[in-house]
Amino acid sequence: MPGLGASFGRGGATTFQQDLANSDCIVIMGSNAAECHPVGFQFVMEAREKGAEVIHIDPRYTRTSAMSTHFLRLRAGSDIALLGGVINHILQNGLEFREYVEHYTNASVIIDDRFLDTEDLDGLFSGWDPGERQYDTTSWSYEDMRVSASAGEREQGGTMGEQAGHGGQGAALSHGEPPHEDPALEHPRCVFQILKRHFSRYTPEMVEQLTGVPAAQVVWLAETLARNSGRERTSAFVYAVGWTQHTVGVQYIRSASIIQLLLGNVGRPGGGVMALRGHATIQGSTDIPTLYNILPGYIPMPHVHEDNSLERFLDVYSSYAGFWGRMPSYFISLLKAWWGEAATPENGYCFDRLPRISDDHSMYQIALGMREKTVKGLICAGQNPAVGSANAGLYRRAMADLDWLVVRDFVESETAAFWYDSQEIEDGDLRTEDIGTEVFFLPAAAQTEKSGSYTNTQRLVQWHHKAVEPRGDCRSELWFYYHLGRIIREKLSGSGEARDRGVLDLTWAYPTEGEIREPSAEAVLAEINGFGPDGRPIGAYTELKDDGSTSCGCWIYCGVYAGGQNMAARRKPWTEQPAAAPEWGWAWPANRRILYNRASADRHGKPWSERKRWVWWDADEGKWTGEDVPDFVVDMPPDYEPPDGARAEKALRGDKPFIMQGDGRGWLFAPSGLVDGPMPVHYEPDESPIENLLYGQRSNPVRQQLRRPRNPHNPAEGEQGADRFPYVLTTYRLTEHHTGGGMSRYVEHLAELQPALFCEVSPQLAAERGLANGGWATISTSRAEIEARVLVTNRMHPVTVDGRTLHQVGMPFHYGPRGFARGDTPNDLLAMVMDPNVHIQESKAATCTIRPGRRAARRQRRGPEPGAG
Amino acid sequence: MARFETESRPAGYDGAARERVGFFTDTSVCIGCKACEVACKEWNLLPEDGFVFTAESYDNTGALGSETWRHVAFIEQDVPLIQTAGDGDDGNPMRWLMSSDVCKHCTSAACLNVCPTGALFRTELGTVVVQDDICNGCGMCVPACPFGVIARRERDGDGRAWKCTLCYDRTKDGLTPACAAACPTESIQYGPLDELRGRAAQRLESVQQQGFAGARLYGEDPEDGVDGFGAFFLLLDEPQVYGLPPDPVDPTKRLGEMWGAAAAAGAALALGVAASLLGRRG
Repeated sequence: MPGLGASFGRGGATTFQQDLANSDCIVIMGSNAAECHPVGFQFVMEAREKGAEVIHIDPRYTRTSAMSTHFLRLRAGSDIALLGGVINHILQNGLEFREYVEHYTNASVIIDDRFLDTEDLDGLFSGWDPGERQYDTTSWSYEDMRVSASAGEREQGGTMGEQAGHGGQGAALSHGEPPHEDPALEHPRCVFQILKRHFSRYTPEMVEQLTGVPAAQVVWLAETLARNSGRERTSAFVYAVGWTQHTVGVQYIRSASIIQLLLGNVGRPGGGVMALRGHATIQGSTDIPTLYNILPGYIPMPHVHEDNSLERFLDVYSSYAGFWGRMPSYFISLLKAWWGEAATPENGYCFDRLPRISDDHSMYQIALGMREKTVKGLICAGQNPAVGSANAGLYRRAMADLDWLVVRDFVESETAAFWYDSQEIEDGDLRTEDIGTEVFFLPAAAQTEKSGSYTNTQRLVQWHHKAVEPRGDCRSELWFYYHLGRIIREKLSGSGEARDRGVLDLTWAYPTEGEIREPSAEAVLAEINGFGPDGRPIGAYTELKDDGSTSCGCWIYCGVYAGGQNMAARRKPWTEQPAAAPEWGWAWPANRRILYNRASADRHGKPWSERKRWVWWDADEGKWTGEDVPDFVVDMPPDYEPPDGARAEKALRGDKPFIMQGDGRGWLFAPSGLVDGPMPVHYEPDESPIENLLYGQRSNPVRQQLRRPRNPHNPAEGEQGADRFPYVLTTYRLTEHHTGGGMSRYVEHLAELQPALFCEVSPQLAAERGLANGGWATISTSRAEIEARVLVTNRMHPVTVDGRTLHQVGMPFHYGPRGFARGDTPNDLLAMVMDPNVHIQESKAATCTIRPGRRAARRQRRGPEPGAG
Repeated sequence: MARFETESRPAGYDGAARERVGFFTDTSVCIGCKACEVACKEWNLLPEDGFVFTAESYDNTGALGSETWRHVAFIEQDVPLIQTAGDGDDGNPMRWLMSSDVCKHCTSAACLNVCPTGALFRTELGTVVVQDDICNGCGMCVPACPFGVIARRERDGDGRAWKCTLCYDRTKDGLTPACAAACPTESIQYGPLDELRGRAAQRLESVQQQGFAGARLYGEDPEDGVDGFGAFFLLLDEPQVYGLPPDPVDPTKRLGEMWGAAAAAGAALALGVAASLLGRRG
């Protein structure tokens, strides 16, 4: 999550859902929290009951809107314009929380004089390389602190997103202090003034033209947020994949982060940015990643172009100041956890046994590699890309080009059955007898059939215990990968090949339990937590050493098994403990519930107000204390000044709360870490029916387009054929279903609640296109044509943008041809086009057209549908 | 006529009677997640009852029935949820009412009153339950219910009647019914009826203060046509908007009067006949 990482230092939600109940104003945007996070939504309802404003901003009126005190309808894909309007109104009217901004953000820092803004370059920042289609980011740095980017690092451009997601970017700061500052925030090149100029064109009137939100409401939104911020009050932002699934998604999150820093809402109760994750352990799957470009704890994966020495790697990726200054201890402890006795100082702790990345190896690149036969085999677990992938039709065809495919799931999903039950087979575009892929379906154990942990949306690690043994051949993921590794190691044993040492030297001795020889999940948790020199579980990452005497599978999880106790399994009721509920599960880092909570006190360590007190400095005791685990060096006084030569956290001042950042500040301006700009810019989605009214540069210049014959993009406004796709398409989820549907469409009691794919349209669009409620419609893009039932509803309403009426079509994406709840697959309609930082596809805004009736291919085969429009 | 009294303990159980329990469904916080529907079906082992897309908002359940004992209604309206000074909204006022319907467990329960076999009975907790091993499928309860809640299940071939038991197999052991346990926002509250009524009165006041238009309680009045519901509601509009009868009446309540009227009519008829006979003679 580089949007949060680059702003605050850690790639996780800054707060926890229970704390939303303490908020005075909650803005839910890019999220349908009531539908997709119904259990956590109780805390939003609690805030509303206490009188908080709950503002939902969305293209559609959803179950979340129905629960909110206010609803603003905007055009899909225009969020940065609206948030930019809020930032502009705050800055033009002096509504910022001045003391917080001056001391806790980088507002005062002077930026390099070579930096040029989108204001100067018509929508581009300085450093743009039109040939490579990427930025040289050196001119975005703090003045006199230029970070030289080596050739190798520049080539990594496309792979660094998640690597930058967890702070550590301020690598070259000495003493934790930027070289030049203007505390008065008046220097023309200080961040505050740059920000003010950058957003000055986002006037309420311009925002109305871009978003469809009336100018008066833009002002109302900014005023309402400002009125509910400051010493006595706090506002929170809640977002989910409605923000991340755009070609400029990371910058959506940056926009909210900037608002929250300007209004002083980060690190305080009822404030923050609540990132709601897509499903149960998505946070966990980036902490201990299923991604190709980071190692556990957001340590970058080494790149093939780099100087291959451990020293060089540690030098590049550890920071002078802040807790990333201890990066060598995190990394060497990780290598010790993986290679144990074989990892010695002499062999660089087996650093050269880590794989190296050579390019962008993210999910969509893998799909194209399958098409191009560079990827021969695929193990697909916990995912149903035949339904869930953008341009799912292309993905299904790509699977037909594989030599082999392994699918692990509870049900024979669309991915497992693509070779005989798919739209391509039905339409005759693929024939089973022509598909050479050898497909293995391995039944998976459900969560009730195995022990393990979830790391949820608020960094909370929660343990689940096995209730019953898995049936038949069903096995857990842990069982599968452990025994797969065991068998591979047996087959390689005796190999003298150097390339096999990485596998053969791994620590792989997990105890197994029961008849099926299930590996002990708790033994894995203990390995993740880490062991000290005495072989006992350690309690905190500050105990880790860079001399090989400690081991740790993921430094941010240190403490989850402190003292040999499974902290994640704690379930003390909230009624029996303080507000932060520290004994319910365990949250990384160090069981903190609100991150950067040093900021809940003023720079002298005093709470900003009694009403909003959370963590403060106790001068008598000489330590930070309060309602939560202080996110600060516990005995560092607020007036601490780092002496010369201080390193890591000791190099930051006592009044700088963002302890993962090299300068201890929240970043209004991100001098590094993001590949598409130091500040958010309104760019149109890759497919959009209007021009960019602000700049000549239409869409995010760095977006990944992956143009291929089967991945065409709809013509943009002004291009030939743009009028073929006059409507905006947005996709989403329903409470009743889960992502690709493997866990819901195959379950009768869920499937009957939303049994068929439908599209939601306004009565106005229905009249324009002759669509009948309950009838059929065909929705088309340049990728595909699908059919769906029609739901005509006032919850959809056209917006007026750029002086014209624009219709939006909504579709839940869960459906496929199998299970009890069936339908065509809306993801077939979407292009593979991605955000450049994190390679997330743009599924929330595209263009399409819609007409009444069923899709042509199906109508031909089945004859006309009786009664269909 | 065996009428259940309105006090907080069921009559006829003597020492075995426990405090009367029920539901208070506060629709002002219902988020329409349908967890109640699913939890109910899971616990009570009810089958799916059709994969039918209705095109009626997000309601693909339709109505309560023999295989659906909780039903969430979705009503889209062009009025604002909260009466505010008008700022902050886009000029297209809208609200989406959601409400989880259930058997009302009436104080004066017509289904129970008309049941000829005794399959329907009043539990020691004051709830109304069908015993599936006694029900003979006669179906007399079905037209008697003023809400159309109880229904016969044809799938089993015997047409026996089924409805919400208020999770009798949970509540008698002190557990919360499945729907209330699953509800994430405490829209469905379970507890002693007297306590729920007190809570509902307070809640109504608070919701009205917050500016929710049209808030009212439905079924909390022991003086109504069924002598009060065991499962009552806080609604944000008139009951008929949710598909609920505005003034439900237990049809058996007037049986006494009806018998009286019939007897009077019979007597008048007899008198007339006698008079005519006498007249002939005369």
